Amino acid sequence: MDILDFTAVGLADEIKKGEVSAQEAVEAVFSRIDNCEDELNCYISFDRMEAVKRAQQVQKAIEAGEIHSSLAGVPVAIKDNICTKGMKTTCASKILQNFVPTYSAHAVKCLEEAGAVIIGKTNMDEFAMGSTTETSFTGPTKNPWNTACVPGGSSGGSAAAVAAGECYYALGSDTGGSIRQPAGYCGIVGMKPTYSTVSRYGLIAYGSSLDQIGPLCKDVTDCANILEVITSYDEKDSTSARRKDASFTEALVDDVKGMRIGIPKEYFGKGLEPEISAAVLKAAALLEEKGAIIEEFNLTLTDYAIPAYYTIASAEASSNLERFDGIKYGYRTEVYEGLHNMYKKTRSEGFGGEVKRRIMLGSFVLSSGYYDAYYLKALRVKALIKQEFDKAFSKYDVILGPVAPQTAPKLGESLTEPLKMYLGDIYTISANLTGIPGISVPCGIDSKGLPIGLQLLGDCFREKNIIRTAYAYEQARGKFAGPDVSGCEHSLYEVE
Amino acid sequence: MAKEYDTVIGLEVHVELDTKTKIFCGCSTAFGAEPNTHTCPVCTGMPGSLPVLNKQVVEYAISVGLATNCRITGFSKFDRKNYFYPDNPQNYQISQLYLPICTNGFVEITGEDGNNKKIGIHEIHMEEDAGKLIHDEWEDCSYVDYNRSGVPLIEIVSEPDMRSADEVIAYLTKLRMIIQYLGASDCKLNEGSMRADVNLSVREAGSETFGTRTEMKNLNSFKAIRRAIENERERQIDIIEAGEKVIQETRRWDDNKEYSYPMRSKEDAKDYRYFPEPDLPPVVVSEQWIEEIRSRQPEFRDEKMARYIREFDIPEYDADIITSSKKMADIFEATVGEGANPKKVSNYLMGETMRLLKILEKEPEDIHFSPENLARLIKLTDDQVINSSVAKEVFEKMFEEDVNPEEYVEIHGLKQNNDVEGLKEIIKQVITENPKSVEDYHSGKEKALGFLVGQTMKATRGKANPEMIHLLLKELL
Repeated sequence: MDILDFTAVGLADEIKKGEVSAQEAVEAVFSRIDNCEDELNCYISFDRMEAVKRAQQVQKAIEAGEIHSSLAGVPVAIKDNICTKGMKTTCASKILQNFVPTYSAHAVKCLEEAGAVIIGKTNMDEFAMGSTTETSFTGPTKNPWNTACVPGGSSGGSAAAVAAGECYYALGSDTGGSIRQPAGYCGIVGMKPTYSTVSRYGLIAYGSSLDQIGPLCKDVTDCANILEVITSYDEKDSTSARRKDASFTEALVDDVKGMRIGIPKEYFGKGLEPEISAAVLKAAALLEEKGAIIEEFNLTLTDYAIPAYYTIASAEASSNLERFDGIKYGYRTEVYEGLHNMYKKTRSEGFGGEVKRRIMLGSFVLSSGYYDAYYLKALRVKALIKQEFDKAFSKYDVILGPVAPQTAPKLGESLTEPLKMYLGDIYTISANLTGIPGISVPCGIDSKGLPIGLQLLGDCFREKNIIRTAYAYEQARGKFAGPDVSGCEHSLYEVE
Repeated sequence: MAKEYDTVIGLEVHVELDTKTKIFCGCSTAFGAEPNTHTCPVCTGMPGSLPVLNKQVVEYAISVGLATNCRITGFSKFDRKNYFYPDNPQNYQISQLYLPICTNGFVEITGEDGNNKKIGIHEIHMEEDAGKLIHDEWEDCSYVDYNRSGVPLIEIVSEPDMRSADEVIAYLTKLRMIIQYLGASDCKLNEGSMRADVNLSVREAGSETFGTRTEMKNLNSFKAIRRAIENERERQIDIIEAGEKVIQETRRWDDNKEYSYPMRSKEDAKDYRYFPEPDLPPVVVSEQWIEEIRSRQPEFRDEKMARYIREFDIPEYDADIITSSKKMADIFEATVGEGANPKKVSNYLMGETMRLLKILEKEPEDIHFSPENLARLIKLTDDQVINSSVAKEVFEKMFEEDVNPEEYVEIHGLKQNNDVEGLKEIIKQVITENPKSVEDYHSGKEKALGFLVGQTMKATRGKANPEMIHLLLKELL
């Protein structure tokens, strides 16, 4: 078995047994990077020397019995909006192109304590705004399944890196589907935990009330293990929860008897590719065979989630991104006259088009005279959607549906049609508006050879329900083979 | 001026709270450190940093609210006030707009007509202070110091209930005293730990509608506030009399020029795009918490006055003056605690202390002699080690640099001369040198005795005990 074929937990086991070393794993990852990175562009930065040094340290600590975690010695990639002390953290933006944080995000510290070896920082949509990883200042990431396609976004670099074996697992962030959707497009597992589960300290904010850090990984077992490591109360994040039920690996049980699963009819309406619909319903049938109770129900407010989401997320973003002003750190324009001209030029030159669009939208909906009509109304819609989900979860343990209405689109298609791109978030954003957890699990390949994602949503703090269901589904589905990247330096998948 | 005009004034008072750490991070609030040494990712607006509320700030805000008869908000929230300026590292200030911690209170002052008057408090909210810009005129650039960024503030917004500079000053004095008694702030106007913005409009006497108001900033003393109010009232009346309209704007007071000028519109951008701060959960204040804070409220002025009269047997007049400042009251009690006679301590505070403060144009908060030294000084006088004129000299020195009076008297040889035999010799000498006065004394002129006492004092260079000289003179004459 190729060392890169191990899952994260599988690799940690092998390292513990002495079958392979952390250094060998890092070397394997970097040789894959050598082969594929020019083509895929998963990373914004990586540091081979540091990673090797770190692997040696961790290996020693494992041998000395100092680290016992299920991830010890496993190479990981971190999305570039999550601060890493001493490592450039750019948010894929010109405005932060040389920013080196003096502190690490709490989630990164948790991983480091568990003996993770950080390979580098992954590509993303600028400030996590986008669904394709094409708005990155460093250029797009390509989908390892077909390099003519996008990997999804905004955590597209993390998803592609995991799928292509350029790391064993990765951290992403999910504000409207930014973990689950690229995981779906790249045929891997991705999860957004309940809001407040993973500390946001050190995550460069996009929409503060919606952002959550979560894992992108090869299977549900890895997912539960990673989530267990990064779930930790953090006094530096006032929205951080003290979870007493964070032993997520206990939910890795192949048993869904009596699990009540609801399928929202609205998630199977027009706009959904028939192949996806079929694959997702087939997954539901597999779960039913295993004893789950499947029922259809209505989520009538689905159509309102997108406008509410883009109003709230843009409003928060317009304020969160004010600190990037050329004064303290990051990019500053070269020629300017006076303070206000410096602000204007720095921000005009430093931010990309999609970010500017959302800053303008957000500033508009918060302006006096418009606040009530847009922002407050969006908050009311959010509250109504939450009520509707609460009602659904009084009947069901899990809500099952697709991750996205389509599989990975071609590069360049989405940038010209931002509204279409926004509509593609329809199945994922409700989880962010309501704070609930969601997981994306591969459930098929379409006729274009691209993976299809199944999404399972659970009630707040009920990650175990969706982990259990996802795990049981994975057992029934069988092995899901990754993309063939053996010759990706030559671009296997030519497009017409 | 043909018509009579009324002045309508409301105040926005910012008070820096005396917490050890900042409102949203663990950095020190200490004043005067090297630039950017009391900073961290949170108070410098680094990406990915998050605010965590300091509980002491909420407790201080509630205690001020309780002391000013406010309603305490059970479910209070923070909001972001967005504006770009380099002293504001996030380019938004975390403040409270929609659900401030305290609302609907009042304080009582003595009004224009001598009767008690209630000045309404619209709200009290919590917020963070900004950093400080330092302009380098020579280099044509500016620096920013974030030590003050994140220092906790409360803003106390009054109703437009004041009608004159006197009422404004009475209100501010009352507010300051309450906050000082609570220990929530030292409220020094000159150092910026208390800042007042004055909203002022004028209207024809008897009119029920308000005129257009202006907001005046940069008022660093009671004097400046008084001058600015009088100046702005005149300015607005002149505009109205000229048939023009007052423009609603923010003006900056220049106390040296005794003139205000409108601030540039960029500094005065009004659309702050307020919205709820998503990084902070709501502040939930239970009845129990309010009661806990209420039970810990200190003794306020009226209670303290009554107790001083009862416990220390000092006149009401004394108690009134001493308790007018928390600082003075603290010194009084501590000095009495050192064993000094209360009335004597009171005399020092009301007499010499007030006299020197007035001469030096200082506030009681600026007093820095220690109660221990004041007690020592009183003891030196009680034990007749020094006489009253030396005591006055020593006190002045103590007031300046808090010297230890015992050491000072020793070093400067100021001890009273109580050596009877030595004194007798000097007196005999004085008698011999002043035969005219001796003759006058014997012919019944009591004044002559005073002259001889004075001559003896002069001869002892002020160190002798005047009472003793008096007795000895009578004896020897």
